Amino acid sequence: MSHVPLAGDAAAGVLAASDVRLDVNAVDYGILIVYFVVVLGVGLVARRYVKTSLDYFLSGRSLPAWITGLAFVSANLGATEILGMGANGAQYGVATVNYYWIGAVPAMVFLGLVMMPFYYGSKVRSVPEYLRLRFGDSSHLFNSITFALATVLIAGVNLFALALVLKLLLGWPILLGIVVAAGVVLAYITLGGLSSAIYNEVLQFFVIMAALVPLTIVGLHDAGGWGGLQDKIRQTRLGEAGLHALQGTDPGHVTNPIGATWIGIVFGLGFILSFGYWTTNFAEVQRALSARDLSAGQRTPLIGAYPKLLIPAVVVIPGMIALWKIPHLGGGDANLAYNNAIPLLMNEYLPNGMLGIALTGLMASFMAGVAANVSAFNTVVTTDIIEPYLARDRPDAFYIRAGRFVTIGGILVAIGTALIASGYQNLMNYLQALFSIFNAPLFATFIIGMFWKRMTPAAGLWGLVAGTIAALVTYVGYKWAGWFTFGSDLDESFWGAGAAFVVDAIVTVSVTLVTRPKPVEELQGLVWGMVNKEDAAVAAGHDRWWESPKLLGFGAIALGIVLTIIFF
Amino acid sequence: MSDRDTPEQGTGTREAQVANLFDLRRIIGGLFLLYGVVLVIVGLGDSGAEISKAAGVHINLIAGLGMLALGALFVAWALLRPLGRQLQEEERKRRAAGGA
Repeated sequence: MSHVPLAGDAAAGVLAASDVRLDVNAVDYGILIVYFVVVLGVGLVARRYVKTSLDYFLSGRSLPAWITGLAFVSANLGATEILGMGANGAQYGVATVNYYWIGAVPAMVFLGLVMMPFYYGSKVRSVPEYLRLRFGDSSHLFNSITFALATVLIAGVNLFALALVLKLLLGWPILLGIVVAAGVVLAYITLGGLSSAIYNEVLQFFVIMAALVPLTIVGLHDAGGWGGLQDKIRQTRLGEAGLHALQGTDPGHVTNPIGATWIGIVFGLGFILSFGYWTTNFAEVQRALSARDLSAGQRTPLIGAYPKLLIPAVVVIPGMIALWKIPHLGGGDANLAYNNAIPLLMNEYLPNGMLGIALTGLMASFMAGVAANVSAFNTVVTTDIIEPYLARDRPDAFYIRAGRFVTIGGILVAIGTALIASGYQNLMNYLQALFSIFNAPLFATFIIGMFWKRMTPAAGLWGLVAGTIAALVTYVGYKWAGWFTFGSDLDESFWGAGAAFVVDAIVTVSVTLVTRPKPVEELQGLVWGMVNKEDAAVAAGHDRWWESPKLLGFGAIALGIVLTIIFF
Repeated sequence: MSDRDTPEQGTGTREAQVANLFDLRRIIGGLFLLYGVVLVIVGLGDSGAEISKAAGVHINLIAGLGMLALGALFVAWALLRPLGRQLQEEERKRRAAGGA
């Protein structure tokens, strides 16, 4: 994985930063300012329509699938996506597509086709709330708290990454960047709640594309098209291996730049990490829950899968162009870290005007990540911790107000966690470790609970606790205590996620066998084979053929397979 | 939250919700029309040095025209799918499903 310079490194690198800093002028700043005026305006307009807490937290469950689908992808188009995957494109070449076609699309399709009927059909407002209906209060409270913790930590990563880019490109001090970004996100979420967060994510999606597509076009033109770029990559450090997705991943003779076998890619990345993230991360699932009906809810991740299939074209390819175009990229100089591949390329190619769009797109991508996490955080804290356990049966206005205060609190905490993130050399590794601790056990509990009616409430709690502890022990034992050694930080997150999954499953099955299950009639709409019939009828009732979730889902998988074969 | 099971109540009228959606299409359309105009103007004034920076591609002009097209598409969509029809479709779906 790529390296983000430490805060200290960045400070030390300031002397050399003048050759990295974007050459922005008044037009570029104007474009950026217009964008922020519009974003805040959307918050103000959205406010007029926010009347109930359901509006605030789930957009009144009224959004059409194209909006929630684009928001679904956009929530993921944050710091790690644009900079991280651009960096991976420069470091690993074409193999980076495994993070998309194997590591994301199948899980998105699984969420849409298999899991959404349980989530949406049970009318929950959050992922933890599903646990409450399926298993009861204790596992619900445990998961709500760990989720809230994970989310502010991740929001902090996004804030820090944004501040880092502002420092490198515009010369803003890290702390100023963090505070300004936090202020803008705070303003639009407290004003409009989830609606304004989602609406802005859709807006952000288009602005991010408007920044990346022209960059890719110019770069490819310069390299002499795709064929020309292939020739150029063959002459770089990556060589021929940088042009293949899965070639050279056989156990025993791995020559693929990622250095992983296909078993690790398919099961570690494609199954545990990917399914854990996409199917249980509420920042993602919340977008689907706010759709207007079950069919739209199912289509949310499926519609999102199509842009996800194509995003590597405008993220990975610029990374590869940067490897050829920017001399010494990935060398010792902090300013030339792989993470800066896309910003450096923007500065290299884009004249004023487009440069402003590119800067706006970069800012938008960070805001999307922070906003998604903060809006998920305020929902879970308000509806899963405050409402059921701390302040029951208050008037609806109380919960909206509480949600606004929680948002402010969440942002303030995220400023703190941004400072924690600043201590990590590689943000992607830090993020993957967080996912292995918080998402992998949750996925094990969900998948077993959805398909095994017998699984008991006690098993729900103890499986989660044991899985979380297993991943934590793996992490602490590797990072601080020195009990385990792994090939890399990323390797640790694979094994940590695997340990969490296996320990969770073993504890879940053991506890289930010695405790009393819930009566079957209380599981309507919560487990496989007992989907809420009314919703199923709605979903079947008005699907036009191109809206069929099965067609959309299998179409995305098929396209992913075709693309993987083409770039094998 | 008493209205959790019937989201239609208390969330304002359907008209208001759809108006919200209408706004989003208009916002995206408007923003890109504005950006398109700015980029086209900047692009027309680009010097040779700026064009050769972008490997000889008139990127401001091309991207500006692309953004104008995208913005026009969104505005056209918002105008061609009138709110009334969308509301009626919603109602029909709802009744056909027998729900709510």
